[in-house]
Amino acid sequence: MMNGSSSLAARLESALGPTQMVSDAAICANYAVDEMIPSAVAKPSSPEEIAELVRFAAREKLAVIPSGARTKLRIGMTPARYDIALDMSALNKIVHYDPGDLTLGVDAGTPIAKLNATLFEHQQFLPLLVPWYSLTTIGGTIASGIDSPLRQFYGTARDFLIGAEFVDGTGKLCKSGGRVVKNVTGHDLHKLLIGSLGTLAVIARLNFRTFPAPLVGSRGFVASFPNAEGALALRRAVAQSSLTPLTFDIVGPALAQIFASRTPATPETGVFADENRNTNPSSLQPVGDWFRPHEWQLCAAFAGTPEVLDRYARDLRRLATESCAASVAFLDEATRPAVWGRLRETLSLLLEFSPDATVFKISVLPSQYGALFASLRQIADQAGLPHALVARGGGTIYFTLLPGSANDETTRRVAQAATQIFQLISAADGDATLVFAPPALKASADIRGSSRSDIALMRKLKSAFDPQDILVPGRFT
Amino acid sequence: MNSSLIREFEDSLGTASVLYRPEDLLLYEYDGSVEKGRPDLVVFPTTREQVSHIAKLAAKHHLPIVGWGAGAGLSGGALARTGGVMLVFARMNCILELDVANQRAVVQPGVVNYELTCAAEPHGLYFAPDPSSWKSCTIGGNVAENAGGPHTLAYGVTTNHVTALELVLPDGEIVRVGSKQGDAPGYDLTGLFVGSEGTLALVTEITVKLARKPEALKTLLAVFDTVDDGAETVVDITVRAITPSACEMLDGWTLRAVEDYIHAGFPMDSAAVLLIEVEGLTETVGAQAAAIIEACNAHHAREVRVARDNAERELLWKGRKNAFGALGRLAPSNYVLDGVIPRSKLRQALRRIQKVGEQYGFQIGNIFHAGDGNLHPIVLFDPRDKKQFERALQAAAEIIRYCVEVGGALTGEHGIGMEKSELMPLLFSDADFDLMRRVHDAFNPDSSLNPGKIFPLSRGCGEIRVHSQSSTAPLRP
Repeated sequence: MMNGSSSLAARLESALGPTQMVSDAAICANYAVDEMIPSAVAKPSSPEEIAELVRFAAREKLAVIPSGARTKLRIGMTPARYDIALDMSALNKIVHYDPGDLTLGVDAGTPIAKLNATLFEHQQFLPLLVPWYSLTTIGGTIASGIDSPLRQFYGTARDFLIGAEFVDGTGKLCKSGGRVVKNVTGHDLHKLLIGSLGTLAVIARLNFRTFPAPLVGSRGFVASFPNAEGALALRRAVAQSSLTPLTFDIVGPALAQIFASRTPATPETGVFADENRNTNPSSLQPVGDWFRPHEWQLCAAFAGTPEVLDRYARDLRRLATESCAASVAFLDEATRPAVWGRLRETLSLLLEFSPDATVFKISVLPSQYGALFASLRQIADQAGLPHALVARGGGTIYFTLLPGSANDETTRRVAQAATQIFQLISAADGDATLVFAPPALKASADIRGSSRSDIALMRKLKSAFDPQDILVPGRFT
Repeated sequence: MNSSLIREFEDSLGTASVLYRPEDLLLYEYDGSVEKGRPDLVVFPTTREQVSHIAKLAAKHHLPIVGWGAGAGLSGGALARTGGVMLVFARMNCILELDVANQRAVVQPGVVNYELTCAAEPHGLYFAPDPSSWKSCTIGGNVAENAGGPHTLAYGVTTNHVTALELVLPDGEIVRVGSKQGDAPGYDLTGLFVGSEGTLALVTEITVKLARKPEALKTLLAVFDTVDDGAETVVDITVRAITPSACEMLDGWTLRAVEDYIHAGFPMDSAAVLLIEVEGLTETVGAQAAAIIEACNAHHAREVRVARDNAERELLWKGRKNAFGALGRLAPSNYVLDGVIPRSKLRQALRRIQKVGEQYGFQIGNIFHAGDGNLHPIVLFDPRDKKQFERALQAAAEIIRYCVEVGGALTGEHGIGMEKSELMPLLFSDADFDLMRRVHDAFNPDSSLNPGKIFPLSRGCGEIRVHSQSSTAPLRP
């Protein structure tokens, strides 16, 4: 299928006019996806240029993969073909921002950190506290479907993405939704873009509702437990209380150890308004000695007036004591980022720790946590694989196998453990997917484990959006 | 409809589950809108298998099918625009599961919105979307229309609370999408189907999130001498980063009509009132109520009343939720619009509505979800006066055009249905319709399911018609 790269670049250049185009092999290598290298890199500077490029690709049946900061291109199955990399970084403007309406429209290639810096000027923000925060673009965040600890309070992108403009597989610039916070005009096609990995359309612009940033200052709470049961008891107690923390995560002992011993390589920029005073990217402070590696930790963030902060402190301390916590720590604005920066960067930290890390995203009901934590640990131990776990309050677990080295033997063991994990979660009526995995593993396993009954509907949707299968072909099998 | 066809349906469903006499069909030819459409046959399935069977029978005989919940819709979404078989879900009204620990409920589509909240209440939980028709409308209808309500300001609309659906496709196939937890892998099919107005599939089972009842709640009534002051207060509350759970506005003319009927305690000589509710921790509610009172006073509120007890609160809400009924006493019919505007444009929009009313010779009342910019101008008219009716529709279209001009949308919660399909080109291009149509056809290729909805019938004429043909048919008594 691959055309000769020089002729492709020449044809692209003559067909596309002003769009910036590169076919230099060294540059193309920077856009590799699972070791596949494109023949050309195009850098459109307007939605119309994207549309023109996709029309060209559709005519020539060339495979296109859009990317932003290229931090999450490994997510999904290895693409079947890859001809043109679509670098979205030149599309990086805030198109409209109405602070009085709390709505925002932004180009897909805009870095989230830049976008939030603008919102912070009006004490607002977009609650997407995602890994690779200081690098990642808003388009990549939406296309990858990656979540954030803030989902506990604010929900996921599907709860605040209110519209989008995108180029479908036929090269037409389309839109869905709008700019207002409440809208049922037409089909909600923009929701389909979330987690679509670029397979349905090239995202050009995204509209969001924004949120007031916690103004008075946010606090952190960390309770440590010698076993998972204590952390789970506290999770239950808080879930049944009137408290509504902003983040609410259980960190397993192995991940706590990584938090205590490592600092993310990604430069740090503040996330909440109070942290953003420091605009120079720097490194996270180490976690304090109150963070107890080798133990289970429950981490919750909360914000409000002094009375509200007092209430949280009082209730959380009481509930933690009733759940037999070994220690309790409250963190202020200065000390909190050490833990929450790492919580946000969990996935980037794990992949820095072990480039062959295999990360599962598991969705189950929280009441199943206890039994599943034990079974997951058992599967990993039997395979002789180090592992790490973080479980969000609402039923999302990131479980990671961390093989020390990559060879056929470890790949075989990881594959075997993956099969068992898929079976375990399927039996629990949940869903498990491989978010990050070495290409060798992806070659032998379906990232979704067993096929769901709605896969046929998803294939129909893919054909409706991209009839020629030129947008990241093969990401969804 | 010929008798052998009727017998075929009766044979498989029983004679008590099939209606076909004109006097019976009459009851199913109108909803809460000004539209009409009579089915040829009305059936009452009790199981998903029956729904599937009906779909197959209808497909065999090339009959259109349309789902019906309670007929409380306001856009003609559930009307049989081209006749055919209507599936009434009244007998599929079981709450199948209340999972208190995980805050989920699994319901059949015919369950009434309010009944789910009643069932969840003993466990300290409730179903958050609360349309004004919540005591009669069904969850299936809420899902089809992506229904809203006053409290969606803080808690989101129906789509934010649905995690999984069981669907019957037009060919009778039964499919499940989403997951109980909510993070199903792949494309967000649940997000696509919610709000698709019954044009993609019939829904036979719904999994929803249940919200926890807040520990504290305050209901405030702010009274203003000018509509401008009321509108500016709403904008100010948004800018001050206060998120009430509800922020409703009634203009003076409307509140006088309501007060005459319900005696909710609205001051008869005021120009506008805001009904504002704050919920959450006791400490949060106290601070938010104080901030709201400050905002109201900054905009010359004559009085801010805090409901002393639950009885006073319920009376105020009765005034709001039964307002449309109260207006029914003033004119033979009313036309409720559902436009959305950026919240920062509220004052201008209300002035414009007033002007349009003067221009067309109508008193247009406003009773609406001010906090999220979702307008509900109400045009009172006499449908027997054809010229007046035409003028009412023209006035309505002008208001909707204004909403679009200032960056808004055609509908915030009532749906496009058959009422606003001809206005869709105000927002969407040919490319947008093309893609929406391809997505529609992927699931409903023959348009046998709820035909004549959402998509404009006049597309390609180059001119936007204000109303559909059936709008000129005699209206309901």
